[in-house]
Amino acid sequence: MKTLFDKIWDAHVVTTVKDGPTQLYIDRHFCHEVTSPQAFSGLRARGLKVLRPERTTLTADHNIPTMGQDKPIRDDTSRFQVETLEKNARDFGLTYYGLNHPKNGIVHVIGPENGYTQPGMTIVCGDSHTSTHGAFGAIAFGIGTSEVEMVLASQCVLQSRPKTMRIHFEGRLAENVGAKDMALYMISKMTTGGATGYFVEYAGEAVRNLTMEQRMTLCNLSIEMGARGGMVAPDETTFAYLKGREFAPKGERWEEALAYWKTLKSDDGARFDKEITFNAAEIRPMITYGTNPGMAIPVDGSIPTLDEIEEAGRGSFRRSLHYMGFAPGEKLVGKPIDYVFLGSCTNGRIEDFQVFANYVKGKRKADNVTAWLVPGSWQVREQIEEEGLDEILREAGFELRQPGCSACLAMNEDKVPAGKYAVSTSNRNFEGRQGPGSRTILAGPLVAAAAAVSGKITVP
Amino acid sequence: MEKFTTITSTCVPLPIENVDTDQIIPARFLKATTREGFGDNLFADWRYDKAGNPKGDFVLNNPTYKGEVLVAGKNFGSGSSREHAAWAIGGYGFKVVVSSFFADIFRHNALNNGILPVAVSEEFLGELFVSVKGNSKATVTVNLQEQTITNNETGKSESFNINAYKKECLLNGLDDIDFLLSNRDKIEAFEKQRVYSY
Repeated sequence: MKTLFDKIWDAHVVTTVKDGPTQLYIDRHFCHEVTSPQAFSGLRARGLKVLRPERTTLTADHNIPTMGQDKPIRDDTSRFQVETLEKNARDFGLTYYGLNHPKNGIVHVIGPENGYTQPGMTIVCGDSHTSTHGAFGAIAFGIGTSEVEMVLASQCVLQSRPKTMRIHFEGRLAENVGAKDMALYMISKMTTGGATGYFVEYAGEAVRNLTMEQRMTLCNLSIEMGARGGMVAPDETTFAYLKGREFAPKGERWEEALAYWKTLKSDDGARFDKEITFNAAEIRPMITYGTNPGMAIPVDGSIPTLDEIEEAGRGSFRRSLHYMGFAPGEKLVGKPIDYVFLGSCTNGRIEDFQVFANYVKGKRKADNVTAWLVPGSWQVREQIEEEGLDEILREAGFELRQPGCSACLAMNEDKVPAGKYAVSTSNRNFEGRQGPGSRTILAGPLVAAAAAVSGKITVP
Repeated sequence: MEKFTTITSTCVPLPIENVDTDQIIPARFLKATTREGFGDNLFADWRYDKAGNPKGDFVLNNPTYKGEVLVAGKNFGSGSSREHAAWAIGGYGFKVVVSSFFADIFRHNALNNGILPVAVSEEFLGELFVSVKGNSKATVTVNLQEQTITNNETGKSESFNINAYKKECLLNGLDDIDFLLSNRDKIEAFEKQRVYSY
């Protein structure tokens, strides 16, 4: 009896080093401009080619502007980094979706939407949110640049087998509660290092009921509790999403794939190293109040008091609240905010824009709020326009930007100024993450929409 | 990669929990296309003020504390997979990071750059912070061959874990690519015998 994780892992073992890691074969590799240049330099220094060029796909996303992409990037070092990616694609014969290409977008958005991401695969990228692709029932995880070089050179990585954990969300989610709320609730219970060393499978009725986009949001945030990755067993929802996508199998190959994919689930009685159960009905819309994603509370809740924090962690807790300008025990509802960011590999997909647009329809953006609405890809933006959501957003005083990682990590010009509060649908509220001194409040698209309209933290 | 041998060094204490890779090296410094120069921006937002002047209250700016060993609070290196974090720590001159808990990807990245992450008990870590606070000249000895770390101030030792393969790599200064490439025949054999091929 095997877990889903075991089945996929075992199907990718090339060899195992005695007393050491496993050499794992990688089906799909994504690269972006920030974590790959040194890997390509490494190949050149060793005189190596890319072993399986058809298995690597490149996109520019982290360090690009989200306005005026048709013009040369103004920042010299950013432009050079993107040009380096383009040159590496050319020199090594790799598929590259550069700026303005219809398939360009955030790596974890374009992989799934083009059908690159499939059940049963091993998927890596030099980016910790590669865990997103686990939503399809894949082993997907982030790697460092040395490992990017290993994959390019050998189509393999060396990995120690992680422990397995299953997290059940029993019951149904309340209305107005989404995958982001599930994830923030889970991380607040697990803490930011609580799943370190584990690969997590999400299960239970509430997970089964999630759309693919929501599953991606949940799996995306697995890394924020330290997990190597997160996954959901593929089912009819998965197959329906994949069917007909450009790089998904077609015809007879589709039937063959489907037959295999249907075997990809944890066997009854399969043993996990750890099992945890949450009651989905208990989850309310969530926000963060501190400087790691585990510091989350219901929107209408209170920040913990010092007594509720373990003694060893009180120094870090105080430091974090000082940075955010909040006090222990305080409520956040009604606090004015300055910025709203809708986007990122966590919440930059079509459903996130549907939720946001649906809320702001017929309302107006608050005057005190600067809003950045950044679709995860050109395809997402196209669909926004097809569905007329752009019109709704425009009438409510919002403007759509061009795809990229944008204010999630603020490598480009989309930076939140020091001391300002940003309600952000991204994944990290670390100090300075959205710009030096910026104060990030993580939330789902619905809570972000409510904040954008009222100008303050609001229960949606 | 440089070979890792036994190190005895004074320590730089950073008693903060959950130090994430955005603190180790903020994203705006990730625009470089080489591995060099990141040490100058290690912990940039804690280390420098807005004008780029060193902040006196941050430990890297305190001449009392020097050494090749960084001692940090629980869950060091969480967050982004950026290997730039390891390059920044190595570039600054650290060879060892001691903490009671490391995030996975950071641990991998450190090892791939010849930096040894040493996970110790909460108790050992707490005592080490006390030793260094009491005497900035306090040293630790890290013996990779024996897999031990000793607080030379108290004389207490603890053993630490590292997988045997990575230990050999560090001791001999080898990296994984050499190993993977030597398995080319196994990679090709694997591709031919797969049950389902993508």
